[in-house]
Amino acid sequence: MGDFFSNLSLGFGVALTLQNLGLAFLGCLVGTLIGVLPGVGPIATIAMLLPITFGLDPTGALIMLAGIYYGAQYGGSTTAILVNIPGEATSVVTALDGHQMARQGRAGVALGIAAIGSFFAGTVATLVIAALGAPLTRLALIFGPTEYFSLMVMGLVFAVVLARGSILKAIAMILVGVLLSTVGTDLETGEERMTFGLPFLADGIDFAVLAMGIFGIAEIMRNLDHTETRDVVQQAIGRLLPNLDDFKQAYKPVLRGTFIGAILGILPGNGAVLGPFASYTLEKKIAKDPRRFGRGAIEGVAGPESANNAGAQTSFIPLLTLGIPPNAVMALMVGAMTIHGIIPGPQVMTKNPTLFWGMIASMWVGNLMLLVINLPLVGMWVRLLKVPYRLLFPAILMFCCIGIYSINSLPTDVMFIGFFGLVGYMLIKFGFEPAPMLLGFVLGRLMEENLRRALIISRGSLETFIERPVSAGLLAVAAILLVIALLPSIRKGRDEVFTE
Amino acid sequence: MKKVVLALAAVAGLAATGVQAQGYPTRPITMIVPFAAGGPTDVVARIVTDNMSRTLGQQIVIENVAGAGGTTGITRAAQSQPDGYTIMMGHMGTHGAAPALYPNLKYDPTKDFAPIGLAAGTPIVIVAKKDFPANDLKGFLDYLSKNADKVNMAHAGVGSVSHSTGIFFNSVVKAKPTMVAYRGTGPALNDLMANTVDFMTDQIVNVAPQIQGGNIKAFAIATPERSPVLPNVPTTKEAGLEGYEVSAWNAIFAPKGTPLDVVKKLSDALMKSLDDENTKKRLLELGGVIPSNTERTPEALQKLVESEVARWTPVLKAAGATAE
Repeated sequence: MGDFFSNLSLGFGVALTLQNLGLAFLGCLVGTLIGVLPGVGPIATIAMLLPITFGLDPTGALIMLAGIYYGAQYGGSTTAILVNIPGEATSVVTALDGHQMARQGRAGVALGIAAIGSFFAGTVATLVIAALGAPLTRLALIFGPTEYFSLMVMGLVFAVVLARGSILKAIAMILVGVLLSTVGTDLETGEERMTFGLPFLADGIDFAVLAMGIFGIAEIMRNLDHTETRDVVQQAIGRLLPNLDDFKQAYKPVLRGTFIGAILGILPGNGAVLGPFASYTLEKKIAKDPRRFGRGAIEGVAGPESANNAGAQTSFIPLLTLGIPPNAVMALMVGAMTIHGIIPGPQVMTKNPTLFWGMIASMWVGNLMLLVINLPLVGMWVRLLKVPYRLLFPAILMFCCIGIYSINSLPTDVMFIGFFGLVGYMLIKFGFEPAPMLLGFVLGRLMEENLRRALIISRGSLETFIERPVSAGLLAVAAILLVIALLPSIRKGRDEVFTE
Repeated sequence: MKKVVLALAAVAGLAATGVQAQGYPTRPITMIVPFAAGGPTDVVARIVTDNMSRTLGQQIVIENVAGAGGTTGITRAAQSQPDGYTIMMGHMGTHGAAPALYPNLKYDPTKDFAPIGLAAGTPIVIVAKKDFPANDLKGFLDYLSKNADKVNMAHAGVGSVSHSTGIFFNSVVKAKPTMVAYRGTGPALNDLMANTVDFMTDQIVNVAPQIQGGNIKAFAIATPERSPVLPNVPTTKEAGLEGYEVSAWNAIFAPKGTPLDVVKKLSDALMKSLDDENTKKRLLELGGVIPSNTERTPEALQKLVESEVARWTPVLKAAGATAE
């Protein structure tokens, strides 16, 4: 315990120097401003801004990069709420209720609760990392291919609950998402699957492209569809910040979201993706009136946003303690560290204690900065909605195109968001929900690859999924959830939970 | 019309090469790195170009165009204007293994480029899980030949360095372990540390921290000399394995047709960068091998590419490895 405090004070000693405070602020600010462009998620933002950190000392550079990461992550939620464009998998859920809140003139409340929830989650997650980072590392190692597959199966059951409408349509959309995830080069054999010989499909469909098209572009088309909805978002903007009632509704989801997100964030292979989905599922499941979800429920923003940020923090654990990046953003951080002469690995903690603890302390500082930067900005973002839609939508379209091009520099990606926009528009018209499809898409690839990996290692024996206790437990939870959903005797209960 | 103008410009450029060389570079240069930002090749590119930019007086801007084992980015770079304003960082995969892995490859590594020079080599290390029942390469090879059906070899996906060098390893030692594919080195290492898979071959920069931390064990490094980063790890030759010397080299290329004096300027800037103390220090920290003066020239790079294509093609074809 004494260690814990001396480490933290060492860390804050580093993080609170004037230079590092300034860098954290600058990183968060730049990250927020760039991340708020639709489609420009944390990866593109960090990659773009990497060169400007070259002149700094490693600790300062990493503090700034971490700031850019939080800023961009948060910026993604802002676009999800304001214009219904989730920049990455984790803000898909925020778009569901957040954008509905914006349409009801509660954009300020949604943005505010997202910022406050994120700050709280970030604070807790920072403490978790500082106190339990090293022992929690073992959790990451328990999760092999077998456990991961079972976790994904559980995740797919969550996807069913995400749907607002018919359960059959939701399952159909999940399966379409899983199918889309199989497009591209097969990982084990290197054969191309369902690419029709088109080179730009060889690496599969990019998540950002799919999400931006299905959500963002389709949303624009729907808004242009009929005149009256165009004005909805421009109506009276209402309060800019959440009031006491909002807090009362939101604080429990924030606590639960933080807990769920923090645990899933530690898992390797992008477990953090599941956090917001799991939190949303839980909130909808225990809500007195689940029908409010998808129509602007504040819990549907508070919980997932907290889970998102908690996961974003704890996903640093495998990187800091082992040097193993659990997802693409962290892989980029590894690169950034290496460029600055620090090769991430188990020795960073002992070899560079000032860097290690300084970074942890700066996480909290970064979260505070984010709050300081974003609460005043809420007013500005909300005023953006007042811009007449005929001026706003070409701007959104243009930023979408720039954003998507900046990720892989591929012109075909820009064409693709147009194509998926059309598909998304048709789906909306036929009453299909895009969110389960996106979750199916994210989980599908992880599920397939881990299933095959597990079976290769077990030499084809399916028993491996039951023999391993963690995997068996996860499968059992999934099965129970599914039984509850499908058992005819409790059909009435199911209808309440799963449908409107 | 545009084509005519470009053609005229090219002719004018050729006619006035002397003048152009004095002017070049007058604007920022784009370097296409065919992998995601943050990977080993990207890191080498950023370290080397940092100093080159200062020498040339113009910024070299890195553009990451990832996809299809790096061939997407290289294809695009190969087809760009050969004016010296678009260059690329190729590597062992894109300019050595690719012709065997991608039958429909749109470029020929030996013919479609103006080589600039070798930037850095990153040696390959043979690593295994820490519980592996052998402690040196000899014991490992012994175990491998007796328990071929039990051993799992991890790699970071078809077309990755760990995949190509792993297949090469298997062909040299005549082993047939079960191959387990991962999406990238990170997840593969994670499962190696968790004792889920048995061994892999990968670049020193990825595995060195885990070896030093005692999370995995290293049997040998596939270079003629030991690495200062891992002084206790024997070379393959020292450990008794002949014929397995391999490194994931990174090298700068320009598209074919780039004026000779531009190539010279870039090559001189690269050489100067590799002599810079700061560049050297950062590359060495990564476990990189800095090429000697004779290995850095455009001519030496051309020879390297030819010998690498000749080396990888039969190995990968025999293993039936293809990425299409």
